[in-house]
Amino acid sequence: MTSPRIHLPAPFPLSKIVLVSAIAVATLTAATTVAWRGLPSFTARNAAGIPVRAANDKIVGEEVAVLTQAPDVPPPITRSYSTKVIVNLEVIEKPMRLADSVEYTMWTFGGSVPGRFIRVREGDLVEFHLKNAPNSTMPHNIDLHAVTGPGGGAKASLTVPGGESVFSFTAMNPGLFVYHCATSPVPMHMANGMYGMILVEPKGGLPKVDREFYVMQSEFYTKGRYGEHGMQMLDMDKGIDEKPTYVVFNGAVAALTGDRALQAKVGDRVRLFVGNAGPNLTSSFHVIGEIFDNVYSEGGSSVGEHNVGTTSIPAGGSTIVEFGVEQPGDLVLVDHAIFRAFNKGTLGILHVSGDENAKVFAAIKGIGVTAKGGE
Amino acid sequence: MLHFLLSLAIATAPSAKPSAKPSATMARIPAGSYQPLYGTIGGAPVAVTSFWLDREPVTRGEYLEFVKRSPAWRRGEVRPLFAGAGYLSAWRGDIDAGDATDRRRPVTEISWFAAKAYCESKGKRLPTVDEWEYAASASETRATVGRDAGFIRRILALYAARPSDGILPPVGGGFRNVYGVRDMHGLAWEWTLDFNDVMVSDDSRESGSAAGGRDHKLFCASAAIGASDPSNYPAFMRYAFRAGLTGRSTARTLGFRCAAGGAAS
Repeated sequence: MTSPRIHLPAPFPLSKIVLVSAIAVATLTAATTVAWRGLPSFTARNAAGIPVRAANDKIVGEEVAVLTQAPDVPPPITRSYSTKVIVNLEVIEKPMRLADSVEYTMWTFGGSVPGRFIRVREGDLVEFHLKNAPNSTMPHNIDLHAVTGPGGGAKASLTVPGGESVFSFTAMNPGLFVYHCATSPVPMHMANGMYGMILVEPKGGLPKVDREFYVMQSEFYTKGRYGEHGMQMLDMDKGIDEKPTYVVFNGAVAALTGDRALQAKVGDRVRLFVGNAGPNLTSSFHVIGEIFDNVYSEGGSSVGEHNVGTTSIPAGGSTIVEFGVEQPGDLVLVDHAIFRAFNKGTLGILHVSGDENAKVFAAIKGIGVTAKGGE
Repeated sequence: MLHFLLSLAIATAPSAKPSAKPSATMARIPAGSYQPLYGTIGGAPVAVTSFWLDREPVTRGEYLEFVKRSPAWRRGEVRPLFAGAGYLSAWRGDIDAGDATDRRRPVTEISWFAAKAYCESKGKRLPTVDEWEYAASASETRATVGRDAGFIRRILALYAARPSDGILPPVGGGFRNVYGVRDMHGLAWEWTLDFNDVMVSDDSRESGSAAGGRDHKLFCASAAIGASDPSNYPAFMRYAFRAGLTGRSTARTLGFRCAAGGAAS
């Protein structure tokens, strides 16, 4: 076997790159017993720096994934090894609140919109059990963007009401990924609430923070206008025209306000796992009164940018933002395509309690300034 | 294995001759053509020869009479190969389909094998996908409005209004189409003879990727590729439902009706 340690002159002649690729393939296919650790230096030297991954971590033990309902996030993974993770998720169709006095028959992953948050570790072998409740009217499946494989798992998971499908995959790429139902007609399944997120933590874990929250933006297209009372149903034409009636965080108007507002304390470091289910719109995600210290752009595994005011989240995509909270008050989560926030429901509150720091912010003079110097 | 069984089942099915005179419970569907969601080269309409179709879905009460006569199809007797664990699970007992109202509900939680056996016991058969879709594309007044935007939205609304508790109303409540057939939409999904032609047919090559890739088409956004009308969501829902089935599948929202005559007999 040719040694994989080849030193390429720069610029690399094309023929050499082709040769190197061929050797890489030969090495991976022929020498299955060769330890993967022998290859990184080689991989790093290939022209594009693109690893072809091998799901060959040693799998130790087995555990059942803790799944949470938004805005909660499962606890960070403290393991330092790969394991087999069993995920049990059931699709349930049921009428749910979309806004005050407005109901909609949601199709859900786990009984809530967005669906349950799944947290695994890079290298884990995930055994996914998808059930479809007996009362469902439709077959459903799941496409997890964290999956390398046909349809992201969708092909292997088409499940009729009362049935169960099982498939497995290795979580090879770390990052925050959207999952959704991909049964035809896909736009209908997604417009009815079938989406959620899976976090594949990098092997080194994420930096420790004080609070983590799960927020997911999505659109609803209803026959009735915004706020019209009663049971609403999908308006297919509004969907095709990409004119949503509602654009909301966590499945309903006011899912993150009032008693349901997110809570933090001055001095906390906060991490938001933010998804955008679409089905159509890109989100211009912003938190009024705060600056994102770190943005893992598009939900990738490393911080792409610091000190960001507004970050965009594509439909079917995600982002992770981190920030410290320095001042008490209500921080307002919005899609800064601001008519959506004002007229369609894209509002959430992160309530920060604690002592004011006049150096961080102080109102000095003007309407709204009280003797106390605050609001 | 299942493929073999299904092929065998079809190959050995008794040539289901309709009773000399289909009863008043069947409607005659005249010959014609319709535009299927998938599967024809160049999007040509599919011709359907005339056949008979039950005016209403088979009820629990009717199926109860069948299992009384055919103990092998009772819940406690049926071979697991021919029906999944959910078979008739809403019934009170092997030969107790509930009260008078229950017995007027469409029979559901029924496998393809069971539905087929029932139809054969009546000298009938299950309708093919083409026959079912063709008959279902009629409104109260017109024969083939299947691709009419208004009709599609109306059917979608019927699907959306289905009860979420899994309990279906009695048969006969849906609209009566121009052929005199009721409840094709909005009550239960219905079995077809060739519900999954990838499984039961060997001629998929003939249709090229259109049929061979049918199962691929129904699990992701690529479903729109090759579909004759990407806005026909109700049809996508029906095709997706069929794609998820095997011969022993059962579901609370899946029933059937029988056909007779026509090219498949």
